[in-house]
Amino acid sequence: MMRFLRRSYAMLILGFLYLPILILIVFSFNASKSRATWEGFTLRWYGELIESEAILDALSNTLSVAVLSSLIATVIGTLAAYAIYREMGSWERKLSMNLTYIPLLNPDIVTGISLMLLFIFAGMKLGFGSLLLSHVIFNVPYVILTVLPKLRQFDQHLYEAALDLGASPAYAFRHIVLPEILPGIVTGALFAFTLSVDDFVISFFTTGSGVNNLSILIYSMARRGIHPTINALSTLLFLTVLVLLIAVNLRMEKKVKREARR
Amino acid sequence: MGRRLYAYPYHLWTFLFTVVPLALIVYFAFTARDTAAFTLDNLRQAAQPVYLGVLWHSVWLAGVSTFLCLLIGYPMAMILAKSRVRYRRMLTMLIVVPMWMNFLLRTYAWMTLLEKNGAVNAFLGFLGLPALHILYTDYAVLLGMVYNFLPFMILPIYSVLMKMDKSLLEAAEDLGADAWTSFRRVTFPLSLPGVYAGTIMVFMPAVTTFVISRLLGGGQYMLAGNVIEQQFLAIGNWNFGSALSVLMMILIFLSMIGLSRYDKDSDGGLFL
Amino acid sequence: MWEVMNEMKGMKKAFFMVLLCGVLAALLAGCGGGQKTAKRELKVYNWGDYIDPEILKSFEKETGIHVVYDTFATNEDMYVKVKAGGSDYDVVIPSDYMISRMIRDGLVEKLDFSKIPNYAKIDAKYKNLDFDPKGEYSVPYMWGTVGIAYNTKMVTEPVDSWGILWDKKYEKQIFMLDSPRDSIGITLKYLGYSLNTGNEEELAAAGKKLVEQKPLVLAYLVDEAKDKMIAGEGALAVVWSGDAMFMIEKNKDLAYAIPKEGTNLWFDAMVILKGAKHRAEAEEFINYMTRPDIALKNVEYIGYASPIPEVAAKLPEDVRKNIAAYPDDALLKDAEVFNDLTENMPKYDKVWTEVKVSK
Repeated sequence: MMRFLRRSYAMLILGFLYLPILILIVFSFNASKSRATWEGFTLRWYGELIESEAILDALSNTLSVAVLSSLIATVIGTLAAYAIYREMGSWERKLSMNLTYIPLLNPDIVTGISLMLLFIFAGMKLGFGSLLLSHVIFNVPYVILTVLPKLRQFDQHLYEAALDLGASPAYAFRHIVLPEILPGIVTGALFAFTLSVDDFVISFFTTGSGVNNLSILIYSMARRGIHPTINALSTLLFLTVLVLLIAVNLRMEKKVKREARR
Repeated sequence: MGRRLYAYPYHLWTFLFTVVPLALIVYFAFTARDTAAFTLDNLRQAAQPVYLGVLWHSVWLAGVSTFLCLLIGYPMAMILAKSRVRYRRMLTMLIVVPMWMNFLLRTYAWMTLLEKNGAVNAFLGFLGLPALHILYTDYAVLLGMVYNFLPFMILPIYSVLMKMDKSLLEAAEDLGADAWTSFRRVTFPLSLPGVYAGTIMVFMPAVTTFVISRLLGGGQYMLAGNVIEQQFLAIGNWNFGSALSVLMMILIFLSMIGLSRYDKDSDGGLFL
Repeated sequence: MWEVMNEMKGMKKAFFMVLLCGVLAALLAGCGGGQKTAKRELKVYNWGDYIDPEILKSFEKETGIHVVYDTFATNEDMYVKVKAGGSDYDVVIPSDYMISRMIRDGLVEKLDFSKIPNYAKIDAKYKNLDFDPKGEYSVPYMWGTVGIAYNTKMVTEPVDSWGILWDKKYEKQIFMLDSPRDSIGITLKYLGYSLNTGNEEELAAAGKKLVEQKPLVLAYLVDEAKDKMIAGEGALAVVWSGDAMFMIEKNKDLAYAIPKEGTNLWFDAMVILKGAKHRAEAEEFINYMTRPDIALKNVEYIGYASPIPEVAAKLPEDVRKNIAAYPDDALLKDAEVFNDLTENMPKYDKVWTEVKVSK
């Protein structure tokens, strides 16, 4: 009974999360350019998608910025969380945390414009580099916030015991702390990736000519109506991710079974 | 305390990329638009009842949606933590993946779903239930916020719950605690760091979101994010826009100080 | 422990997969940006989906100029970026009032019309308008009006005045524009004032009118109203003419009206930014876009109205006769173009904020 309840609840939540995605997928096959009417089934938008260099270019920028920025932010954020937790005194920690919250609280427009001014002032050429840097900047706090709870949960004595047994702090961090806080790190990386893929305002102001991402493309289409090729693209992206997920999961399952047999 | 390997680099990082941009905004907030002379006018103007009302409404909506996220997300986090190891990663990913589709597209999709003759009402009609008219109201805005921020509540809580010391729960059961008591006295208190992180990651961005209120709220009113965006772009008054965001930051930090009194052993607390 | 180990292994694998994707994506991006040869180049900044992509290709082929093409979402977004020096574009296509602001700020360059012979093809009545009074800086790209789109199934009476937007019959069936300039502008026109006024009494009157209207309004939207109208979610909407064309095409019950009190006439025009590195290429591009065959192709793709009479004449009759595309001059008698408001902007802001916070 409990199990049934749990399953239904999970399905309900997932249903809620996937309802709009379903709409997106349906409209990617709509012959009409408007989301308001259904004019029949078509694969036209998929054809146009493959033709559109602008979209494919933006896609590759989006993915590379998202992957790189989330990786970099995960490293910086994890080390920062560790520093905040292990190395800082009470006052220092509070001040540091409060500063960490500011990028979360700042409206995107404020962050976007102030970073743009900062980059221009520093003589940086706006482009891929500044876009990547700005994404790392707004991603770091999310990683810190997801890693910190795991650090707080972590049993200090384990770490100290390792040090007593002669481990160097770096060794103890890698082999004792890291495995314990890994779920937090993974969550942080996932959030960072998500935020990066989705950001429009900050990207718009910190990128330079010739470097577009999908969000910029999509938001700038708003006035004329978002072109259905974007729906086609979203559908393809979504299905790719889903297939990858299932494939990885099946392989894992096989491996688990194999190991269990042994 | 050990060696300070990472503390200084992080301080440098926050200084360059948080303090300096913040200083810029504070500078704008305290200077006049045309003469760049020091002034308190911007802040005084920002503290008018009109704008305080807008701020209050934003904080209220963000607060309610945070609470809803917690209410809806916590059970989901528990389910995740209790699910078999090999499903966990899949489920985690399934919760995040919808967020990889563009935010504007998802919001448009909700507008399509919720409209008068939309899919949701068609479904309700099919079940013989009365139609829902929530598009362009607070409810739609709340729905949009919960939808967008829910994963940011579920995952931090889950990551704390999954490694919780099971022996504590067993001990509680041995001592005769029923499920509810052991949840209330053991599980929930131990998961607080995750709840706390989730709350911050939902509440703070929710206060300043502006696309959700503009689209799902039908632009009927302004929230903090809309007012600030309007000042920076449509009106082009960065000084006043900065003053509004500085004021908002001060108010939120003050209110968080009040809240954090309840979280005594919090290390990452928001207080001075 | 076994569980944890297993989890670890999975994580490691996931991590490497992500890393691999990253490297691949970076490689892809590298290839995309790798076409930096000594070819002639041009950087164009335009609204999204506001040019036929084929035209960019044919321009590149014909001239050998490589076009770096980026898009923006609003005039203001573009302005902030250009003004701050965060861009190096050559040609930008902003709207009227933004052009006058950019002229005032010294952000745009005077054009050399000897390099743009096709400028002569543009109808004289679209030249030297208020936003560029001497016609030195800009070449019109598209133009249109603001009007009322209505659903003839829900609105059976004739629509000829802005006043219908205040009719209680249509409570919660009206879409207004979520933009201070446009919504206050049409209200000013309704009251018989100029939509560029700085007179506080006139603005206060318009504000009062809008507050009074608020309970009747279903939503204040900008770009989304067209889909909602097509779906039959509202009876009346204030829309731009270009959108109206699209809406009518998708839903035959919809019609477009330009109220008799006069309306806003808008233009998007091409300008060259000050200090543009590729001036010659930019002028070549502007000339190309104004060439009748190209302009025709573009108008057919975008569906807005062209300022070149020769182009308009070649369009199918139902488009040419449609007032959403080409209204006759009588309807435009009292139409005005937006000026940059400069010091009057805060007054509009104040009025709009009051409208928005009213219950």
